[in-house]
Amino acid sequence: MKLVVNDREVTIDADPAMPLLWALRDVIGLTGTKFGCGAAQCGACTVHMDGEAIRSCITPISDAEGKKLTTIDAATDGTDRIGAAVHAAWVKHDVAQCGYCQSGQIMSAIALLKSLPAGQQPTADKIDEAMAGNICRCGTYARIRTAVADAARTLA
Amino acid sequence: MLSNIDYSELPRALQHMMERDQTATKPLPRRSFLKLAGATGLALGAFPHIAMAEAAGSGKAAGALKPTQQPSAFVQIAGNGEVMVTINRLEFGQGVHTALPMILAEELDADWSLVRSRHGTNDAAYVDPLFGIHLTGGSHSIKNSFAQYRELGARARAMLIGAAAARWKVNVATLRTQAGTVLGPDGRKLGYGELAAAAMAQPVPEKITLKDPKDFRIIGRPTPRLDARAKSSGLQDFGIDMRLPGQLTAVVARPPVFGARLASVDDSAARAVKGVKAVLRVPLDGGAEGIAVVADGYWQATQGRDALKLNWDTAKVEKVDSERQLAQYRELAGRPGPHKFDADMAPLATAPLQLDAEFVFPYLAHAAMEPLNCTVALTEGGAELWVGSQCAGLDAGAAARVLNLKPEQVTVNVQMAGGGFGRRFSSTSDTVVEACEIAKAAHAAGLNAPVRTLWSREDDMRGGFYRPMHLHRARIGFDERGNVLAWDHVIVGQSITTGSVFEQFQVKNGIDGTATEGMRDPYPLPMRLTVHHPKLNVPVLWWRSVGSTHTAFVMETLLDEIARATEQDPVAYRMRMFGDKHARHRDALQLAVDESGYGKTRLAEGRAWGVAVHESFDSVVAYVVEASVKDGRPVLHRVTAGVHCNLAVNPRTVEAQVQGAAVTGLSMCLPGSAITLRDGVVEQSNFDGYTVARITDIPEFDVHIVPSAEPPTGMGEPGLPPLAPAFANAIARLTDKPLRQLPFKIESKS
Ligand code: FES
Ligand code: FES
Repeated sequence: MKLVVNDREVTIDADPAMPLLWALRDVIGLTGTKFGCGAAQCGACTVHMDGEAIRSCITPISDAEGKKLTTIDAATDGTDRIGAAVHAAWVKHDVAQCGYCQSGQIMSAIALLKSLPAGQQPTADKIDEAMAGNICRCGTYARIRTAVADAARTLA
Repeated sequence: MLSNIDYSELPRALQHMMERDQTATKPLPRRSFLKLAGATGLALGAFPHIAMAEAAGSGKAAGALKPTQQPSAFVQIAGNGEVMVTINRLEFGQGVHTALPMILAEELDADWSLVRSRHGTNDAAYVDPLFGIHLTGGSHSIKNSFAQYRELGARARAMLIGAAAARWKVNVATLRTQAGTVLGPDGRKLGYGELAAAAMAQPVPEKITLKDPKDFRIIGRPTPRLDARAKSSGLQDFGIDMRLPGQLTAVVARPPVFGARLASVDDSAARAVKGVKAVLRVPLDGGAEGIAVVADGYWQATQGRDALKLNWDTAKVEKVDSERQLAQYRELAGRPGPHKFDADMAPLATAPLQLDAEFVFPYLAHAAMEPLNCTVALTEGGAELWVGSQCAGLDAGAAARVLNLKPEQVTVNVQMAGGGFGRRFSSTSDTVVEACEIAKAAHAAGLNAPVRTLWSREDDMRGGFYRPMHLHRARIGFDERGNVLAWDHVIVGQSITTGSVFEQFQVKNGIDGTATEGMRDPYPLPMRLTVHHPKLNVPVLWWRSVGSTHTAFVMETLLDEIARATEQDPVAYRMRMFGDKHARHRDALQLAVDESGYGKTRLAEGRAWGVAVHESFDSVVAYVVEASVKDGRPVLHRVTAGVHCNLAVNPRTVEAQVQGAAVTGLSMCLPGSAITLRDGVVEQSNFDGYTVARITDIPEFDVHIVPSAEPPTGMGEPGLPPLAPAFANAIARLTDKPLRQLPFKIESKS
């Protein structure tokens, strides 16, 4: 089976029912995407499929075939303007504590900012709504709010 | 995490642990440290070792210095001046990965921009210097290692100065240091990187002079986390991310009821699943057993597990049922029992005002974001483990027992962990023991590969080791001024330390001190406190802020009720009780009051103030909150914190820790934040059934720290206990009904 991950085509030998999360982590070796619940409850496994934030833990690789997949690794490597802005805001505001949920948080935040018309600033409610599917047990939420708003400002 | 430790009992406790495990730690010959660390795959080649005296060939060991005092185990300086600091704790969000290096770098006079940090192992150097065991808990990391890391930095600095003096042939007294450089009297300079190799040959000084705290330039400065970049890009590896060559992954089919064993197993379909390498019957914690499915990856292993046909023998095990349990606890609360405090209760009969209250608290799961996991590689000479452990030495001892090895044949590589809240230190080392049982069985089945045992969220949430369920009852007699005349109190709940290494010094007169911490003090109350510890087969454990998760709620809501009943301001009422004592409580509360605008600002329509203050783990946190009720649902809008943790090493971390602990405290209030059992089976299994706070629940935060130059106290836990009572007190002011249950019971709209 062929997947396009971070603009790279990878061929893997796996059960088409295997969730994308485990193909990324165990087969391809991209462990930046995290396992938190396996049930679309926590958002730790969030990646982008054709630009949209999805929960890779419940997405079988058969659904991902032929789609453009982006993980945290490429989203924050500096090549994407919005990803770079979000990464910079996360570092600036020291959002992470244990850091385990943050790959997913950042992918949700990037998806939110990409969904807005260029330069439009998200309202506080809009930020909460976009981030509500991502749990952080360390309680970094206040800084997540600040960082998302700040990233949006730097992109304006 | 661990509760407040009674220091007077410490030596006995440690002796007990040492006897139990022989050596709970793995003492390494210090000279081999570099080589050993290199073998674990860490890129240390560039870091020459600042060595101790015996390595200098002087023939003399470094006198009375213990392994915890040897710079060689904690500081490595590369040729380019990079300083690698090894932390003796688990970083799982609380910020020690940055704060401990700050402390060391301060005395080392390092260039902070060149400081890095990494985790240690079960090496004897990385024990808590006061407790003598590897331990991340009890909010003790900074408190107990503050002096230690300062001294380590100062010793390393002295060695660098010694090396510069030797090179320049000048007296050490003429040399100064500044930001990673030794400065000579004539303007000569040498960077630490250039001196590192020569510094290794210097003797480790026993006596050193520490800086005057007023000269601190790193400690006390709000400092960005060293791991911020890695944790904002997916680059940070956690225990779960271990990928050794050929590594296999195991998941375990666990019994539906704690302690149950297998009646019959049909694993034929499981073995046929593609990628499944072995199906193994393994002993589990608490006398239970289970089936481990070992496969190429996690998905294949869970597919195999799903295909198992298992029958469990649950006839002989206790099946706890939350409803029945509550009835039993109520019955127990009426019986006589041992007393923690024993004031005269005669005034109850004649007190002009009376208050009767019952509180119920459920079991709580830690539910750390990173599910439990442990990777085990059996090597020729022993075993190597990779695990986010709060207790590497005890875990190594437990692994050694399972694998029939000596503790020194086991290396535990402490891994960055995605939260923990106490769960990564269980009294039985359950995670590590099970992973070792599986590795052993896999090896016996002919698999020569490292095995990563990984828990699903469901395994993690249903796997026990909860904050125990508690019932509190209080009968309080007081007068019109709010003076308490007698307070008769009962606590019913399982003991968390019974059966653990801490039982000997935590359980006294049948009372587990972790269940009563936070009761009565600092208020001068005539209290009688009776405690019952029923025995049930539900595994229980310390959980962030331990006893204070329930005692603070009870104390701070009841005092507020007395203040309301006698029409007194809740802040003034508490201040009056503190009198001229408890300056830290007063300062923290006053700071929160001043910064919040309490008593001055008019609140928005429908909102009320709530106040609570509580000391735990030697730090005091006061909250002033604003809350309202919307559609019958309590809503928290704003939280202002006043914090007293003495000197705040990294105020930025303290702020994050307070916010984070407050969020966990808020989680406890939310409907669905409870673990319940029906007929022995845990009813919740994932975040859909077990509520934790989400961003939509989060208030605005303001955290303020009382300035202090006293040696720091911990901040991992103290932010948690006062949040729920402050929230409840605000709601009670709006509804005139006290909240006496967590999670809050929501009145239906109707
Ligand atoms: S792991 Fe996919 S949403 Fe939690
Ligand atoms: S930073 Fe720890 S779970 Fe979010």
